[in-house]
Amino acid sequence: MSATASASLPLMPLAADGTTGPALADQLRRVERRKRLRAIALTLPLLIFLAVTFLVPLGALLVRAVENPEVAGTLGRTGQALAGWDRQAAPPDAAYAALLADLSAIPETAQAGVLARRLNTEVSGARSLIMGTYRALPLGTNLSPAEAREKLLAQDARWAELPYWWAIAKNSSRWTPDYLLTSVDLKRDAQGHIVRVGAEEAAFSDILLRTFSISAVVTLVSILLGYPLAFWLATLSERRANLMMILVLLPFWTSVLVRIAAWIVLLQSNGLVNRFLMFAGLTAEPVPLLFNRLGVIIAMVHILLPFMILPLYSVMKSVPANYVRAAVSLGSTPLAAFFRVYVPQTYPGVAAGGLLVFITSIGYYVTPALLGGAADQMLSYYVAQYTNVDVNWGMACALGSVLLMTTLILYAVYRRFAKAELSLG
Amino acid sequence: MKLKPLMIALAAAVCLPALAQSQLTVVNFGGANGAAQKKAYFEAFEKSGAGKILPVEYNGEQAKIKAMVEAKKVTWDVVEVESPDVNRGCDEGLFEKIDWSKVGNKADFQPAAVHECGVGTFIWSTVMAYNADKLKTAPVTWADFWDTKKFPGKRGMRKGARYNLEFALMADGVKTADVYKVLATKEGADRAFKKMTELKSNVQFWEAGAQPPQFLVAGDVVMTTAYNGRIDAAQREGKNLAITWTGGIYDLDYWVMPKGGANKDLAMKFISMASSPDAQAEYARSISYGPTNNKALAKLDPKVLALLPTSPANSKDALQFNIHFWADQGEALEKRFAAWSAQ
Repeated sequence: MSATASASLPLMPLAADGTTGPALADQLRRVERRKRLRAIALTLPLLIFLAVTFLVPLGALLVRAVENPEVAGTLGRTGQALAGWDRQAAPPDAAYAALLADLSAIPETAQAGVLARRLNTEVSGARSLIMGTYRALPLGTNLSPAEAREKLLAQDARWAELPYWWAIAKNSSRWTPDYLLTSVDLKRDAQGHIVRVGAEEAAFSDILLRTFSISAVVTLVSILLGYPLAFWLATLSERRANLMMILVLLPFWTSVLVRIAAWIVLLQSNGLVNRFLMFAGLTAEPVPLLFNRLGVIIAMVHILLPFMILPLYSVMKSVPANYVRAAVSLGSTPLAAFFRVYVPQTYPGVAAGGLLVFITSIGYYVTPALLGGAADQMLSYYVAQYTNVDVNWGMACALGSVLLMTTLILYAVYRRFAKAELSLG
Repeated sequence: MKLKPLMIALAAAVCLPALAQSQLTVVNFGGANGAAQKKAYFEAFEKSGAGKILPVEYNGEQAKIKAMVEAKKVTWDVVEVESPDVNRGCDEGLFEKIDWSKVGNKADFQPAAVHECGVGTFIWSTVMAYNADKLKTAPVTWADFWDTKKFPGKRGMRKGARYNLEFALMADGVKTADVYKVLATKEGADRAFKKMTELKSNVQFWEAGAQPPQFLVAGDVVMTTAYNGRIDAAQREGKNLAITWTGGIYDLDYWVMPKGGANKDLAMKFISMASSPDAQAEYARSISYGPTNNKALAKLDPKVLALLPTSPANSKDALQFNIHFWADQGEALEKRFAAWSAQ
């Protein structure tokens, strides 16, 4: 863009003299356009790569979090028949007839199975109700609505219970806010009002809060440990600093799983750490270090520390030493000079490292899963649980979207306060 | 003359797919159980010349099978799945139907092993286990498991609602036969979670079957729920671990074939071979999981039989895992468990 601006400047006097101006300007503009196209063509592979590997999956995730095709695709007539239903009286006979027609029209068991799974996530028991009824088809030919109702009730008396019908009515549209509502502990009741879920079901706001609090503690500890180390590295001679840097980077290059396994060996109740503590007489009983919050934080700090040290080190290397010297020569105490002159100059490093560590730790999964207890699992654990075990991908995507949104909001807030542009290197 | 390398390459290109076709990908849970299957099934299958086996390990996640079937790119030929998944996957069209005429006489098998989409391969049990070196008196019931005064120390339990809620009700005095009847009611579920809360501060959760024996040996827990075969494997390594069979929950694992696999015939051949009395007896000798083919029982020593979850003494007060209950209630109970563990 700046190239275009500077190139168009000398045009002004030429255009002013009237004759050759427009033609030349036109020609120049064409050259400029060609240049710009070439520049875009050069970055095209990267743009396509980004779109395919990043934007498309992200978009698919957001769509899947609100998509709800299972019921709408199979029970369309039932949804229509229930449209005017007040949700309090028994559903109309026409709805029973429509349900019977819809179920009979499902060609493959597989589709009925998918429908049963979807409804069962709303009401426990819907799975056996749908599959049992589907397997018992046909219940008769040319039934009147009243007969259809009778046959269905005879097949399974649960068809008289309202919650199953609520679930069908609620999900008969192709899009749903339900997954997203569930991931912030809200739900739609039978009438469609948004309400809080009961205390025994409310899980995700606690989990989200826990995810952020673990990440915040890890970030804070990383700053406290990483800052002095990076400072010390920055004061060393080039050769010794390189040697020390290898010690920082060596664990960085080791597989995360291997490091976690090592922590299990070190931290278990008759592990090295506990044996040392007991040998030193600091404790009589082994301290529980594993399968709790402490173990998770220790291992996460260990894994993420290089992400803190590297940006800090690169910023500290560029801080000239003579500012502190000048402050001291003007009468400041060394400590005050350090905190009031040196530390403010390293804020960009602290901010970059802190943001890097915080955002990386928000998505942590393996470490809490292997080193934490049931109360230390972060949001990613539940995303994995819904993806792999429950195979409820709508819910997994909704949780992922919530994580994405909160991270973006946090980042925006951060940008607001840290006015300066970030340098992440 | 220059044609020669070309000919070889051409011949290889023609032959390689043929070779690849006689290779069968079999997926199981690995560990001690995987080793026993390798010895009893994979090696026998390869020795018979039917083809090569490519073993793959997984943790029971059905998402991968679903993704493969939906993308119509199925690379797993035979998969070992747990009982709730065989039902669910069958309903949702993820598995091929089993041709039972190729497996054998249905009457020879345990009734639960015969499924439209799967062949039951072994009977296993989730039981109470403890380190006999550390506990002088043996815990006898689930009430003992909950009694932290009599047996101080941590307990290992599987992370999740499944099995734990049943154990909690048994500890609270519900008779084995009534467990699922009680758990199906709202009050019953409340009661189970209330009982779980009593023990909560003393529980260390596990996820992989290999963890409970490790916890016991390392002294992290004094007793734990565990898969009986994993305790058996640790005993064979000389660890003094013991099992209390009272109130154990037994269940079956199944062989299934994900829908649309390229080697269906060979997969069927493997399943039928692995369901034969000889192969199942050989398997039960390596790990104490019960055969599903009743004819295999006749081939086993009384000593081996006594270790199986199916032996009369061990199954006397055992509970059969209720697939249908968990298919309906599982999702809600697991979500409640997640909320409970967060509180």
